[in-house]
Amino acid sequence: MSAAVSPLSEDRTLDLPHVRLNMGAPARDPAFASRVFWLALALVMLWPLGVATEFRLWVLWEPENRKVTANFLRSFWPLVYDAEFLQMMVRETWRTVAMATAGVTLALLLAVPLSLLATRVLSISTLSGRMDRWPAVLRWCVRATLILLRSIPELIWALVFVRVVGLGPTAGVLAIALTYGGMLGKVYAEILESGESHATQTLMRNGSGRLQAFVYGLLPSHAAELTSYTVYRWECAIRSSVVLGFVGAGGLGQQLDNSMKMFNGGEVATLLLVFIALVALADRVSAWLRKALA
Amino acid sequence: MSIPTPFTAPAARTSLQEAPHPPYRLPQPIFEARCRACWFIAALLVLVVASFVSLDLDWAAFASMEAARSMGRFVAEFFPPDLSPLFVNKVAWGAWETLAMSALGTAIAALLGLVLAVPASRLSDQDSAWLRSPTRWLLNALRAIPELVWAALLLISAGLGPMAGTLALALHTSGVLGRLFAEAMENVPTGPGNALRSQGVGPLRVFHYATLPQVLPQLMSYTLYRWENNIRAAAILGVVGAGGLGQLLSFHMGLFQMNKTATILAAMLLMVACVDSLSFSLRRLMNR
Repeated sequence: MSAAVSPLSEDRTLDLPHVRLNMGAPARDPAFASRVFWLALALVMLWPLGVATEFRLWVLWEPENRKVTANFLRSFWPLVYDAEFLQMMVRETWRTVAMATAGVTLALLLAVPLSLLATRVLSISTLSGRMDRWPAVLRWCVRATLILLRSIPELIWALVFVRVVGLGPTAGVLAIALTYGGMLGKVYAEILESGESHATQTLMRNGSGRLQAFVYGLLPSHAAELTSYTVYRWECAIRSSVVLGFVGAGGLGQQLDNSMKMFNGGEVATLLLVFIALVALADRVSAWLRKALA
Repeated sequence: MSIPTPFTAPAARTSLQEAPHPPYRLPQPIFEARCRACWFIAALLVLVVASFVSLDLDWAAFASMEAARSMGRFVAEFFPPDLSPLFVNKVAWGAWETLAMSALGTAIAALLGLVLAVPASRLSDQDSAWLRSPTRWLLNALRAIPELVWAALLLISAGLGPMAGTLALALHTSGVLGRLFAEAMENVPTGPGNALRSQGVGPLRVFHYATLPQVLPQLMSYTLYRWENNIRAAAILGVVGAGGLGQLLSFHMGLFQMNKTATILAAMLLMVACVDSLSFSLRRLMNR
């Protein structure tokens, strides 16, 4: 150090060692070792899962399978679009949408009364302390029913109903009605209990009936949320009504299943494209409706 | 004064007092062309009626003594469920297979989703992100095809068994997760990344040290949420032959062995209930 440099500036150079350290970023990834360790640990943990699911990707690459796959994929082009097939496709697309709509309508018939029964806000006895025993038991039972309805997937309901009422859209509509009835009922009850219940309780304290309190107190403040959830579920129902076709409930899914079993790649590709378009359209419509309702 | 100014008008109105006859208030019209809700409800009614009319539903099957009796007979056949140790073991193995399918499928999907999310997101203003829209289209297509359809397609190349189901879950979920991941990465604060970039650090290390650490908790919670969904989905994938409890179910239901079907259904319900309550309590624990 020369004598001309003041103590102050010397201090400053001492103070800034990190500037020099920063001149070159480290050449190697400093966390390299720990990354490799965690990756290896994850692989070890995933190993038994791979064994259980018979996960052998090289099976896909065996010459036999490769040939089948290649043939199937090659048959995707040209798409099938003769008049008869297109007509059938339009009919089945409409049936898919109709199954979802009818199913959700029946689900509403199930969900609205059950959710009214299950809503705790509409209890008269809670206005003064705890809920009475029997209403509490009833509410608990209704809730358990809704959860049970909801937790059996619609595909299983459809399998059961295909046995009882035969092949066709009836089984699909019933399956959607029961599963979605459970879902809608449970969520409706949750939505109704979530908000401010002051107005409702005031109405009931002043002698209005429970239905009146619901219509004039609870419903106006939650109507938008309830409607938007219903629209969202309708969109989900369209998606699942396609899947229901695979067990014989009609609609696009059944055609897709048939075409796949006949290895008719062109029809499969066309149906898949129509299906993607249908889902995208339902997505748009429901997003638009929900925005308009909000 | 023939033309009332704004200042005199209120005074004039108060001096008039009440009109001798209050004006008749007509009831609100049921339908008005300018009311959007009316159009919405009308369209909804048309859709519902058209659906019910066009579906040629078998109304007799909905509500008739015959249907009720056949339903009752069907349910009665479920009892007693087959609880022999051999079969319970088989069902337990099926349940483990279902769990493994969902876990492995979700893990692969998280990895694939992360790989696809990087080109699908614009990470900085300098990023041209020319792959953004094609990747998003790919993600949308992966997402639009449900797991069950993927499974049916993959059966052709992967054969019957749980691998087809696992791959199907992975493909559908990677579409879902990829989109969510990309959105999470685009919404991250750009400060840390820009600080590194201005020091001349390459894009890979910017991703490792700035983007990923910020979004990792969110990515984890998305992945766990999808795993919960996938357990439910994996249980039914077997219906088309893709392994797990669903395959057992469709096999025994096809043979009309209703006692065994009842055991499998109970196992499915139990599994879904366990997952639901576990995730519910976990979420409550984390929100506290």
